[in-house]
Parts: sequence; C-alpha cells; structure tokens
Amino acid sequence: MLEVILSALILLGALFTFIGSLGLARLEDFYTRLHGPTKATTLGVGSLLIASMVYFSTRGEGLSLHELLVTLFLFITAPVSAHLLAKAALHLRLRSLAVVPPRAEASAPQQANRDAPSDETVQR
Amino acid sequence: MLSTAVSIAFLLVGAAFVMALLRLLYGPDQPDRILALDTLYVNTVALLVLLGIHLGSALYFEAALLIAMMGFVGTVALCKYLLRGDIIE
Repeated sequence: MLEVILSALILLGALFTFIGSLGLARLEDFYTRLHGPTKATTLGVGSLLIASMVYFSTRGEGLSLHELLVTLFLFITAPVSAHLLAKAALHLRLRSLAVVPPRAEASAPQQANRDAPSDETVQR
Repeated sequence: MLSTAVSIAFLLVGAAFVMALLRLLYGPDQPDRILALDTLYVNTVALLVLLGIHLGSALYFEAALLIAMMGFVGTVALCKYLLRGDIIE
C-alpha cells in the first residue's frame, strides 16, 4: 500500500516536472513560457519531496522533515523569481502574444526613449 | 515497483533537463535563458531527491537545499542586472 502511494507520488512529480519543462520548450512567447517552470515544475518538485519525506519517515528512523525545508524554500522563492523575470521581460519590451492596450501603445515611444537606447528593442 | 517508478521518474526528469537545455541554447532573449537556468536548478533538486530515494540515503538533501538557495540568488542577481544594469548599486 505504502509502495503504491510512493510510486504514484514519484510518477506524478516526475510527470509534472516534465510537463513544466515541455511548456518551457514549446510555448510561443516569454510570458506564456513563464507559466511552465514556475507552476508545473514547482508542483512536480513538491510532490517528489513529499514522496521522499514519506519514504524516509517510514524506514523506522523517526520523522524526516529535512525535505520540508526545501519544499518551503522552493514554494516561497518560485513566485519571487517569476515576478522578477516578468519585470525584466517587460523592461526589455519582449514580444508578446497578447494585444497591447491602446494607452500603453500611446505611451510606448516616450518610454522607449527613456529606457532603451535604440528603437530596435521595441518589437510591437 | 518502487524501483521501476524511480527509473521512469529518472527518465522523465532527464527529458525535462534536455528541454530546459534546448531553451537555454536557443532562447531568443536573455530572460528566456535566465528562465531556462532557473528551471535547470529546480530540475536538479528533483534529480537529487530522486537519487536520495534510489540510493536510500538521506545525505543528498543538504546538496538539494544548497542548490535551491544558490539558484534563487543567481536568478535574482541576473534579473537585477537586466533591470538596473547593475547588481549592487
């Protein structure tokens, strides 16, 4: 029974890790690509860490809570790094699949002059 | 059963590594490459945890924890560099 639960958790975790990286490789623009690793991969690694926690807790050497540290750390830092990456991408004005709102379009030239040295970085 | 599951998981995480590596090589912009590096270190944590289960040794968590912390610091530093042109102002 325990082995079934462990195997299911491990397979689920590896599958989500794989799907997250597949999204990173296959999606169209940076803002959609950001979703794969920051959500799917975090869930996958969390699932693997829970599997490891159960595995080492049931070997008769007492509770094993090291993994909780890694899980907590990953779950706290993943949104922060995703936010910073999105900020950097917006700053560099990367190509986006979404339609740009008209007000942002109107204010784009001034901002481009202020932020970026050349007009080639504005790819809209 | 557990060893089969761990073997399949090794394969899947290895494939995830290859995908992130492809994005690191071909990613058209700098944020894509930083995101690929971020994914690589999260995948490394997954791989180390799997190795711990495979070998039955609890020794690998310290390595996983260190990689998680250092990877986060690296991502933040690279993003700050892109945002401000400098890391520590």
